[in-house]
Amino acid sequence: MIAWQSVGRMRWGWFLVAAAILALLPLAADTHTPTVLLIWALFALSLGMMWGYAGLLSFGHSAYFGLGAYTYAVAVINIGESTLPLLLAVLVPAIVAGVIGAMMFYGRISDVYMGVITLVVTLILFKFMSATAGDAYVIGAARLGGFNGIPGFQTLNVPGYPDISLFGLPTYYVCAAALLLCYLVCRWILARSFGRVLVGIRENEERCELMGYNVPAYKTAIFAVAAAMAGLAGCLFANWAEIVTPRLFSLGQAAEVLIWVIVGGLGTLIGPILGAIALGYVKILLGEQTVIDNSLILGALLIVVVLGIPRGVVPALQRVWAYGSRRSRRRQAQPGTARRTLGPSPGEQR
Amino acid sequence: MDYAGVVGLEVLYMIAFLALTSAGLAIVFGMMRVINLAHGEFVMLGGYTTIACYNAGIDIYFAMLVVAPLVVGIIGLIVERTIIRFLYGRMIDTMLATWGLSLLLIGLVTLIFGNTAVSVPAPISGYQLGEYQMGGYNLFIILVACALFVAMWGVLRFTRAGLIARGAMQGAEVVSSLGYDPRKVYMITFTAGAALSGLAGGVLAPLTGLLPSAGGAYIAKAFITVITGGAAVISGTLSSAVIFGTVDQFVSFATDPVVGEIAMLALAIILLRLMPRGITGRFFRDGT
Repeated sequence: MIAWQSVGRMRWGWFLVAAAILALLPLAADTHTPTVLLIWALFALSLGMMWGYAGLLSFGHSAYFGLGAYTYAVAVINIGESTLPLLLAVLVPAIVAGVIGAMMFYGRISDVYMGVITLVVTLILFKFMSATAGDAYVIGAARLGGFNGIPGFQTLNVPGYPDISLFGLPTYYVCAAALLLCYLVCRWILARSFGRVLVGIRENEERCELMGYNVPAYKTAIFAVAAAMAGLAGCLFANWAEIVTPRLFSLGQAAEVLIWVIVGGLGTLIGPILGAIALGYVKILLGEQTVIDNSLILGALLIVVVLGIPRGVVPALQRVWAYGSRRSRRRQAQPGTARRTLGPSPGEQR
Repeated sequence: MDYAGVVGLEVLYMIAFLALTSAGLAIVFGMMRVINLAHGEFVMLGGYTTIACYNAGIDIYFAMLVVAPLVVGIIGLIVERTIIRFLYGRMIDTMLATWGLSLLLIGLVTLIFGNTAVSVPAPISGYQLGEYQMGGYNLFIILVACALFVAMWGVLRFTRAGLIARGAMQGAEVVSSLGYDPRKVYMITFTAGAALSGLAGGVLAPLTGLLPSAGGAYIAKAFITVITGGAAVISGTLSSAVIFGTVDQFVSFATDPVVGEIAMLALAIILLRLMPRGITGRFFRDGT
């Protein structure tokens, strides 16, 4: 399986090329749109890690994205300096996901039932946050603000210097660095035995269990890690948009990230990133006109991908690539060895 | 006393609402183990069909009880032939494809009808219960839900088609070895499920203003009702509709509707944790 071969193999050359492109991009283009594309890419990466490698599909991954954003907004209004809020925006979603994950996985809940629970969690957050208008819903100095959300909080600042806040170009570099860092963390996880066990669980859960691995613990752990990354993405998104609203928890947001991941490719890390960047860009382009609705395109795309290329675009391209290079290698090989592959020679027959 | 009557009627209405909006999803899930995430959009399409017919001058009862199920049933048939039948046995893929379908339908309806709310007036006027003004149309919905479930039970219990359907539910392989084509059974089931969703949408159309995104309001509730109910179509859907409807309305009356809905959703998580195979997976295993 192609996904299996690529586990743990780090292509540093490509990584450095990508980093260079990200570093030089501001010279060529305005960074406002690329920033949010990188944030979406990070969000998609977190789901792609969990779904593609551990086989855990969350229908409500937007819950952790929104939690990260809300945690940051509430904390920064109360604290004023952004370093601790940033950490909290990663920690809170991870802890919530840890609790929910433990509840699900130690209860042996899987596939469709896990789908219901993750979906319901994000719905609860959506309903609750939409209903928090008024003075009764205040955390410290932060008003939750119901459907209108929390506007006008302080953006990220240089750690220790609350007066030097970041926006524009520095925010872009923070997002790019966060994406590259999280990519490296994912690669690192996959290269370790932890990642190998996750892939094992995806392929055959029962066998892993019988080999003595604590499957629920592994699942809970990757669920929390993915939620932490989604929380970081949410925190960065809050900084980019400078407002958090309950829409972050909505089903539409949950569907969107899922589509980015599956279109990009399951069982790869670059697939979800590219899927999010490409489809996110399409979404922004479609947002500028009113003839065709974005959900029309996304819906049609999701159906076509599930029916046609169920593992996504990047794995399909990898397969084509592998097939092509195998053929050219075979053409270079000696005719005598090529004939051997046609079938067993008479002497070998039984 | 009057207040108790009001609460009682609202609880009954909520149960009827849940049972009605879940019936189509429950049949498809119970028989085929397929979760149709475009179910909410089927309900929404039933509503739009009713409104379009009403605006064209067709009698509203005929529109909601006959035209809406027919139209949505045909749409369901098309969907089954073009999408669902390629995905049998792949539960997660089916959910993803139908989620895509749900977005597609929202986009299409937005394109056709525009992103504005439309509505029809309720054909039954309200009445006075003591000092409270009640919607008379709610009673009609309770009636329709009762009639629908009695009819479903009758069909499953007493007709040949119902016998085959129950057989397909318990063991698809046995049914196919007896000469019934399971693909055909599935096709008819999915069409019937879609038609039921259309009926629910048509009947509920006068109560709620319709938006292209209205399906989202149904899918989550229907989803938890069906999954918590478990595989048995009638007893499962009814028992979870009773539990969720009661909890939702009592909490709503005690606090406010949002808390009621959150309580219902939280209860769904707890019930699923305690009974991962649903209520009927645990209690009435032989039911239909």
